Amino acid sequence: MNTALSWIKAYVPGLSCTDQEYCDAMTLSGTKVEGYERLDKNLDRIVIGQIEKIEKHPDADKLIVCQVNIGTKTIQIVTGAPNVKEGDKVPVVLDGGCVAGGHDGGPLPEEGIKIKAGKLRGVESDGMMCSIEELGSSREMYPEAPEYGIYIFPEDAMVGADAVEALGLRDTVFEYEITSNRVDCYSVLGIAREAAATFRQPFCPPQVTVHDNGEDVHDYVGVEVEDTDLCSRYCARVCKNIKIAPSPRWMQRRLAAAGIRPINNLVDITNYVMAEYGQPMHAYDLDTIAGHKIIVRRAKDGDTFMTLDGQLRNLDSEVLMICDAEKEVGIAGIMGGENSKITDDVKTVLFEAATFYGPNIRKSAKRIGMRTEASGIFEKGLDPVNAAAAIDRACQLIEELGCGEVVGGMVDVCEPIKPLRKIPFEPEKINRFLGTDISREDMLKTFEMLELSYDPATEEITIPSFRQDLEGFADIAEEVARFFGYDKIPVSLPSGEATTGKISFKGRVEEKARDIAEYCGFSQGMCYSFESPKVFDKLLIPADSELRKAITISNPLGEDYSIMRTLPLNGMLTSLSTNYNRRNKDVRLYELGNIYLPKSLPLTELPEERMQFTLGFYGEGDFFTMKGVVEEFLEHVGMKKKPVYDPEDKKPFLHPGRQADVVYQGERVGYLGEVHPKVAANYGIGARVYLAVIDIPKVVSMATFDRKYEGIAKYPAVTRDISMVVPKAVLVGQIEAILEQRGGKILEGYSLFDIYEGEQIQEGYKSIAYTLTFRAKDRTLEDADITAAMKKILNGLESLGIELRQ
Amino acid sequence: MKEKLEKIREEALGRIQAARSLEELNEVRVSFLGKKGALTELLKGMKSVAPKDRPKVGQMVNEVRALLEDALEEKKAVLEDARLEEQLKKEVLDVTLPAKKNRVGHRHPNTIALEEVERIFVGMGYEVVEGPEVEKDYYNFEALNIPKDHPARDEQDTFYINDEIVLRTQTSPVQVRTMEQGKLPIRMIAPGRVFRSDEVDATHSPSFHQIEGLVIDKHITFADLKGTLAEFAKELFGEETKVKFRPHHFPFTEPSAEMDVSCFKCGGKGCRFCKGSGWIEILGCGMVHPKVLKMCDIDPEEYSGFAFGVGLERIALLKYEIDDMRLLYENDIRFLKQF
Repeated sequence: MNTALSWIKAYVPGLSCTDQEYCDAMTLSGTKVEGYERLDKNLDRIVIGQIEKIEKHPDADKLIVCQVNIGTKTIQIVTGAPNVKEGDKVPVVLDGGCVAGGHDGGPLPEEGIKIKAGKLRGVESDGMMCSIEELGSSREMYPEAPEYGIYIFPEDAMVGADAVEALGLRDTVFEYEITSNRVDCYSVLGIAREAAATFRQPFCPPQVTVHDNGEDVHDYVGVEVEDTDLCSRYCARVCKNIKIAPSPRWMQRRLAAAGIRPINNLVDITNYVMAEYGQPMHAYDLDTIAGHKIIVRRAKDGDTFMTLDGQLRNLDSEVLMICDAEKEVGIAGIMGGENSKITDDVKTVLFEAATFYGPNIRKSAKRIGMRTEASGIFEKGLDPVNAAAAIDRACQLIEELGCGEVVGGMVDVCEPIKPLRKIPFEPEKINRFLGTDISREDMLKTFEMLELSYDPATEEITIPSFRQDLEGFADIAEEVARFFGYDKIPVSLPSGEATTGKISFKGRVEEKARDIAEYCGFSQGMCYSFESPKVFDKLLIPADSELRKAITISNPLGEDYSIMRTLPLNGMLTSLSTNYNRRNKDVRLYELGNIYLPKSLPLTELPEERMQFTLGFYGEGDFFTMKGVVEEFLEHVGMKKKPVYDPEDKKPFLHPGRQADVVYQGERVGYLGEVHPKVAANYGIGARVYLAVIDIPKVVSMATFDRKYEGIAKYPAVTRDISMVVPKAVLVGQIEAILEQRGGKILEGYSLFDIYEGEQIQEGYKSIAYTLTFRAKDRTLEDADITAAMKKILNGLESLGIELRQ
Repeated sequence: MKEKLEKIREEALGRIQAARSLEELNEVRVSFLGKKGALTELLKGMKSVAPKDRPKVGQMVNEVRALLEDALEEKKAVLEDARLEEQLKKEVLDVTLPAKKNRVGHRHPNTIALEEVERIFVGMGYEVVEGPEVEKDYYNFEALNIPKDHPARDEQDTFYINDEIVLRTQTSPVQVRTMEQGKLPIRMIAPGRVFRSDEVDATHSPSFHQIEGLVIDKHITFADLKGTLAEFAKELFGEETKVKFRPHHFPFTEPSAEMDVSCFKCGGKGCRFCKGSGWIEILGCGMVHPKVLKMCDIDPEEYSGFAFGVGLERIALLKYEIDDMRLLYENDIRFLKQF
């Protein structure tokens, strides 16, 4: 909301401070100033001059030479403006002065435009006459300015006076950010009240008196509210013998500064009152109102209505309408109708100031698809008391501006107005709550400035109707704190019982995942939780897969972000693809993020959110590199047993021969593999991609950070190498299972050191070689121990069709 | 005999001195002290010495042997040093050749910022907790004093799954879930992912992260809120950081405030970073609304507390001078490597 400071000062006459002081003080008391702009920015040495004589330029057809009286002397100015004549009073920039912009009305240069005396086509020119655009404004805001040419002051302007002042530009426009709870501050009066309290100056709102013509409004119009749940008050007044004319300049200036374009006296009055009181008003041409009767009721499903912007709107039975005896004439609180709109021929005007149910206006505006300035205010829920005050103010202005004759009385259809709220005044409790030591008197002074009245007999504060946001103790404490100054409240740290800071066990597991991934060269990425349903096709997920049962967002940003992911691969592959396309080499990424598994669809209870540790890379490395990362991680979260790798649960998005589930103690904790070439192609990655996905909840259930020292072996180890010819179908995992089963306690470890297929090895076989290490904890092993163990192992291997290589 | 011994000694010492290498020195040792060495040979000639003189001669021989051994050792040390020196000279490296690095990966700037925030609050006795990202409308809104028709619901541009379930728009529902458990006092922070239907651009993302903080205890004051957050700001942005609290409105806190910190780029003088104001808006906070306490079965007459919410991306963007939020979700390795 934008307001000229001069308008605020009109109601807080004692206000005297710099713009910056005002900005800081208002922000600290809770009316946040977003910014401010001086209207006279870059306007320097500009006075009112009167053109005394105009002559043709000797050398240029389009230029004229003017003698301009600037009060102290007469100067010569050459101009190309077509609209000036002798006797005109105009703004004149003197030599060394500055204007805000060019005459084309384009964007204003930051430093303005300096004006210097000089020659135009050989003729001396000692300054410049200005258009409204050069003064930094526009015809929108100064409708009396000519379309092209120099701004001309009214005849009574004083020659030699400050032109900027005369134009009302010695002012500053402040932009406020009003919080949604302070409906009352969406108005000049509301802000002025806050300013008065902030600066402890008297608040002097306009005194409203209407003389009226002695007639009774009830003879002109009747009002019936059918749906009182949506309209708690409807005030109507009538003005007749309307004379449409421009509104006075002071009103135009205030509106212009607020960003409202002046139109004519009638429209300007409704806009002015809306800005001043925060109560949107509507004016109908009473002659278009059938039966001179207003009925407020809901529309019917399927109804349509032409709003005054000429658009046909679709209605439904929750949209509140203003109707006359025959037809709809306006959508309540949103926009009036084409059929009752004010024209320049209007004779009699019906003013409406009403209080509609905010949430209904908000939803209707949304459904109809037109959020207007009025609806934006109504939806916050207005004070019914203010409606009557605002309509009276409008009538007062009609009289003061000579715009028409006000008919006596007001048609007022009003639900019983709620009694004013009372809140106990508890100064000690307030101080305890804030950690302050503010005197009771200071608090009462603040209340008085805010028009909260205090009754010493009941020790209660009475809340005025316009402060619907004040509901209880904490709200009162906030009022005290705001005007005491948040900056003056002391600082302390919470006392009381000590608590232990900690990170959850899951948090520690995740931290370890990050550490290990990074040690292994993977960098952390972050991906969205929602994605396109098309990813299932990209990942070759079968049509009947459970994974396709994803939660759908009812109002997504678009189909590409419409389902909650059930597997974490798309984000990873998309990120790798981004890197691949940007020609980044050897990219390794990991992500820790949730997948969302619905218990049933449509969703009736919250889904299961499972944190997934996803790793992916292309470039240097292979399947076993990834396997190494997985094992490092499991080991570092205390899962030190050897995992089993099961290649049988075929995942469609992985290479059928290069994938495995990671099984730990019988639990599937994740999987890894090479991405299926088709999937890689779907993501536009022309390299082999490896993935691993670890289910963090499973890991959390088995991980431990307890460690125990097991001693360092004292006795020497004995090693034996075995070289085998193995049928191709036998997996190394099967061999190792035999080693573990049969090696006995003394088999300390084994390591594969050679695997070979090809020449010298029979077709269908491969050669595999291991080093086995034997050691006992309590003695030096003897040959017999080793021989016995080896025999058992070899017997076992034979059962797999394995022969020792000679 | 004595003369012979004297001669051997002189000659041996001379050759030891003259030895240029360890090998040469060894030859000297062998030729005098070896099995067939001069001194050994001399001992063999003891038979010809009168028995009464033998101990004396023996002693003399041994003295010479000891002398030579010492001299040999001494020379050996010198030669060894010289050899080592020569070897070291040969082994000189061009230390400016490239390093062989174990390519360690990089942590996401969000996580780095989060870990810093967590460290600060865990140090102050706060527990880090989590809550669901797909959340009940009740926890995200209603229990936070944002009833069904409240305009704040529009402000937050909520993604809905259905009427009852939303993607949480804030981490504040974790406050309610923690309070509902009924274990008091509470000091917690709840970091996590939140969602709002903002189109992606340089300053908006439909998915981002917040860190919620909540303290509930007896006698918690607004002054405690100020003190705690001022401490936090100093830890995060540096000891010199000043804070400013401005009144604001949130439905679930009263009084509410926004906290600005003095610009950590210019120290408050005003720069491009703080748009000339010297201050940067950093978080929202306030005293927990009595209605919220009541809904969680906590008696506002006995307990009070404060809450705050920080945007993680905001901190990451500010601290690391990242100028486009989209970078955080693109995962371009050239970006990630810089953290």
